[in-house]
Amino acid sequence: MTEPMVRAEGVCKSYGRLEVLRGIDLEVAHGEVMCVIGPSGSGKSTFLRCINHLEKVDAGRLYVDGDLVGYRQRGDRLHELREDEVAHKRRSIGMVFQRFNLFPHMTALENITEAPVGVLGRPKASARAHALDLLDQVGLGDKAAAYPNQLSGGQQQRVAIARALAMEPKLMLFDEPTSALDPELVGDVLEVMRKLAEQGMTMVVVTHEMGFAREVGDSLVFMDEGVVVEHGNPRDVLGNPQEERTQAFLSKVL
Amino acid sequence: MTQGHAPQKVVPVRHPWRWVTGAILAVLIAQAATSVVTNDNFGWPVVWDYLFDPRVLQGLQNTLILTVLSMVIGVVGGILLAVMRLSGNPIAAGLASAYIWLFRGTPLITQLIFWFYIAALYPRIGLGVPFGGPEFVSWDTNTLITQFSAALLGLGLNEAAYMAEIVRSGIQSVDEGQTEAASALGMTRGRILRRIVLPQAMRVIIPPTGNQTISMLKTTSLVIVIGYYELMVAAGQIYARNFQTIPLLITAALWYLALTSVLTLVQTQIERRYSRGMSRSSKASRGLVNRLLTSGSDQV
Ligand SMILES: Nc1ncnc2c1ncn2[C@@H]1O[C@H](COP(=O)(O)OP(=O)(O)OP(=O)(O)O)[C@@H](O)[C@H]1O
Ligand SMILES: [Mg+2]
Repeated sequence: MTEPMVRAEGVCKSYGRLEVLRGIDLEVAHGEVMCVIGPSGSGKSTFLRCINHLEKVDAGRLYVDGDLVGYRQRGDRLHELREDEVAHKRRSIGMVFQRFNLFPHMTALENITEAPVGVLGRPKASARAHALDLLDQVGLGDKAAAYPNQLSGGQQQRVAIARALAMEPKLMLFDEPTSALDPELVGDVLEVMRKLAEQGMTMVVVTHEMGFAREVGDSLVFMDEGVVVEHGNPRDVLGNPQEERTQAFLSKVL
Repeated sequence: MTQGHAPQKVVPVRHPWRWVTGAILAVLIAQAATSVVTNDNFGWPVVWDYLFDPRVLQGLQNTLILTVLSMVIGVVGGILLAVMRLSGNPIAAGLASAYIWLFRGTPLITQLIFWFYIAALYPRIGLGVPFGGPEFVSWDTNTLITQFSAALLGLGLNEAAYMAEIVRSGIQSVDEGQTEAASALGMTRGRILRRIVLPQAMRVIIPPTGNQTISMLKTTSLVIVIGYYELMVAAGQIYARNFQTIPLLITAALWYLALTSVLTLVQTQIERRYSRGMSRSSKASRGLVNRLLTSGSDQV
């Protein structure tokens, strides 16, 4: 495979005067698990949200599986995609949020089947069967009928992962999936993510779980003030950081 | 920790004044009730005579039809206006704001009369190319605008302005993360609104909508100004002949109370339907009497 799953070329993003991303260059290969760390406000979430076009990129290019995100190139002009075209492209990119964002008025099962049935037009019965299978995989086979507020944070997050997987995405984005969880619930979620990685899913994971980054990650990116400061093998970056800013950050969190 | 402890004796706080005020109120209420029943001027036999009078029932039917249809127009219009206001489109948002400004800013009675006499402004209404182009179809305004359609237009369009604000606050009460998660799943804006945002907004939208419906039930009596026939007009026409003013007003009031009670129950059912997944245990529903005696506007 020559074309990487994600390719960022000089991605910039500002909110008004605040430059949040200042030229990000990154590649994520097929099947790669990339972990992203960095101090609060460094632009990690923003970068992730650019990948599925929840945020518009101001400058630079972002490609997912060879497809330009959010635009169509004709000659040297970029044409913005229509809303339904953007929605169509998001189908193949799963996203998991820090605060789960399950739909509270639907059961766990309904949360998972909503998009496959409503967006992909899958038959209800097969979507249900697939959803039950996914719930089993995340260890919640008995929670199909539970509403989100009847589940613990860790359980909700695993349902959220199953919900994203139900779309059979080629890429999964995780934005601090365990940061809102009580410490004893973190392990279950990380375990699900580890299994997903073993199955070959391409993943970009913003996380503060250095253990996960070291053991599951294929590469590690340290971001600060909207730029990639260091990028390499997780063991190298964590064990022997080259940049001063990385050293300073790691000395605080490790 | 509790082992070996004798159970604590708890002496609850006593409220002697509650008993005193309660007793005084009970006496006053009993006195009022007796006087209402025994005072012949209330004319209870007349009240019962006219309760199921065909003219009263006809008025009641019109009141109900007006209430239901105006609320349908109001709710649909309100959702449209709210979505326009929240859309990124400045022209749509501006139009919706102007509509709300106009319809909330003028008396309903004025609007009713305005719609009834719209034929004076536009004798014919048609579809065609704007700014003087050819017209495809047109109607005589006077045949379109009956007392009924003017009443519906007046009540429904006015209601839409109020419902717009209710729907808007409901939509805005839904966490942005919901829209984000739905977008990330590839849902389009319309689908997100229908499947994710509105069902959650309902919890905030329903109680004030119940209030509006109950209020509409009684507001329909304003259509008397354009001569449409409803419950209050029916009662009025009867007492204009037999001079039994108070008994007929009571007849009408009893019907309004009955309808309000039914609406309150319906509202409770709908609220329960939309509270699914919103509280850990399904909240113990309040007693029926309690429900009927409080306004529908209390927060969920
Ligand atoms: N919608 C927005 N409007 C204005 N500023 C924003 C918006 N979203 C993010 N920001 C700002 O952009 C900067 C980067 O935000 P981002 O969420 O990407 O950081 P982060 O690295 O994910 O931080 P954290 O670890 O706290 O999640 C922050 O200073 C934030 O305040
Ligand atoms: Mg973040």
